[in-house]
Amino acid sequence: MAMKSPDMPGREQLYRANILEHFKKPHHWGKLKHADISHTESNPVCGDEIGIGLELDAKGRIKSVGIFGLGCAISIASASMLSDRLIGLTLEQAGKIDKSVVLKDLGIDPGPTRMRCALLVLEGLKRITKNGKRA
Amino acid sequence: MSNALGKSIRKDFPIFSRHVNGKRLAYLDSAATSQKPKIVLNAMDEYYTHHNGNPGRGVSTLTAEAQEAFEKARKRVAKFIGAKEDEIIFTRNTTESLNLLSYVLPSVLSSDPGRPIAISKMEHHSNFVPWQQMALRTKRKLGFIPFKTDEAISDKNLAAPALSSSQPAPPAMLTIAHASNVLGTVNDVRGMANFAHDEWKCPVVVDAAQSAPHMRIDVKNLGCDFLAFSGHKMLGPMGIGVLYMKEEWMERLPPFMSGGGQISKVEDNSSAWADGPAKFEAGTQDVGAAVGLAKAVQYIENIGMDNIRSHEKKLVEKTLGMLSGIKGIEVYGLSSSDNRVGVISFNVNGVHAHDVSTILDRHGVEVRAGHHCAQPLMRELGVASTTRVSFYLYNDEDDINALHDALLDVKKIFGA
Repeated sequence: MAMKSPDMPGREQLYRANILEHFKKPHHWGKLKHADISHTESNPVCGDEIGIGLELDAKGRIKSVGIFGLGCAISIASASMLSDRLIGLTLEQAGKIDKSVVLKDLGIDPGPTRMRCALLVLEGLKRITKNGKRA
Repeated sequence: MSNALGKSIRKDFPIFSRHVNGKRLAYLDSAATSQKPKIVLNAMDEYYTHHNGNPGRGVSTLTAEAQEAFEKARKRVAKFIGAKEDEIIFTRNTTESLNLLSYVLPSVLSSDPGRPIAISKMEHHSNFVPWQQMALRTKRKLGFIPFKTDEAISDKNLAAPALSSSQPAPPAMLTIAHASNVLGTVNDVRGMANFAHDEWKCPVVVDAAQSAPHMRIDVKNLGCDFLAFSGHKMLGPMGIGVLYMKEEWMERLPPFMSGGGQISKVEDNSSAWADGPAKFEAGTQDVGAAVGLAKAVQYIENIGMDNIRSHEKKLVEKTLGMLSGIKGIEVYGLSSSDNRVGVISFNVNGVHAHDVSTILDRHGVEVRAGHHCAQPLMRELGVASTTRVSFYLYNDEDDINALHDALLDVKKIFGA
């Protein structure tokens, strides 16, 4: 059910219906049993952790995605939305996803205090796509 | 002095004339930093406009006036906590006061590396990380005081077997928060200082960052050897902190930083240190901030520490009552306001503290969300973060009502 948010003056809507829906039912949620690569990115400001695990097929394309951890509505929703984009991409392609894509998916300008929340999952993704496979 | 705090004194604080996101400012984040009354801002302005000079460096009129202003500030702060003026060292903040100690204390602690540093996991990182790092540098261990998150820590906790059995030798020192920045819990520092002195024969350090602004402090009564607090949490400016150092330690301890202003004589290959607090105050000091802090202390004393304490107790009681009336809110710490400063941490079920804080902000309610620089305590509580409200003398029911309405909005938005 879409929530109706109050109309606050002078500020953009942060808790849009799509963000709350992804937060409450994040896509690809849960740790993968057979992840080829996995990484947990922490936000030192709040202590939140968003993890991302990837399983690759024989051609090196992303076969399945698992996101996990502990986060706020913004960081969970952005992780959920990003996870929808990853299946079928190579690590190189995934690594090229720009922050503007994540922000466009969210549909909000999180502002300086919440930007780190919005981009936490992307930072994690950048790290694993750069470093490649991990034991 | 009247007991009427809250709205009737908000006019003394220029910031309350502004709005936040179009709403009245309900400032519930004084445990992070307090707002400043106009007279504090004016005092600093007046100092820089008319009296600015570098104290202790020359014999000119302005030098003397700056020196006088700095020493007057020291005297006022000393009186505020029942210390002698030569026992007050100015630093930048509580963190610097505690770091200073963590570097100079090892030289006088028992040389037995088996004697741990007694510390609690209730501490703010500023009274945790410096000692953890000192332990690593000096190859000692931390001895954690067992405690329950819904009780105050007292000498009973120090006598508990968990501390002594894991650590066969008695601790070489004790460091403890007077009041928790997350739970508001006021610990029994006096009882613990007595116990540590009698049983462990060791010095006692107190982090008073959250207590000095809100309750009467008398260092002689507390019986501690060292006590640290910050000016900015008690209506003063940022950049000025205090370290109380009991007289007998002044001479025994080496300086932390060396350089200008803290020497008595510099030879080519050695130096001798100044007497008293100057030994620990290397370099040009923040005189303007010290002047601001002194004015803040004067303002607080005019209102009366007991007035502030009872005002905040009432606010805590009302807020605890208000929060218990909203379903799905979990409050941490003591259930009463008795041994609690004006700090309350809570969570709204199913909603992250940062989201709570963001929505409150839209209602003009300024709070803190996160781990509050107390990650060991967060682990004890079993949570990653909390939302924290904290009070001071300028808060009143208007702020609690604003918090209440904003929390209902949080629940509405999240369907929590």
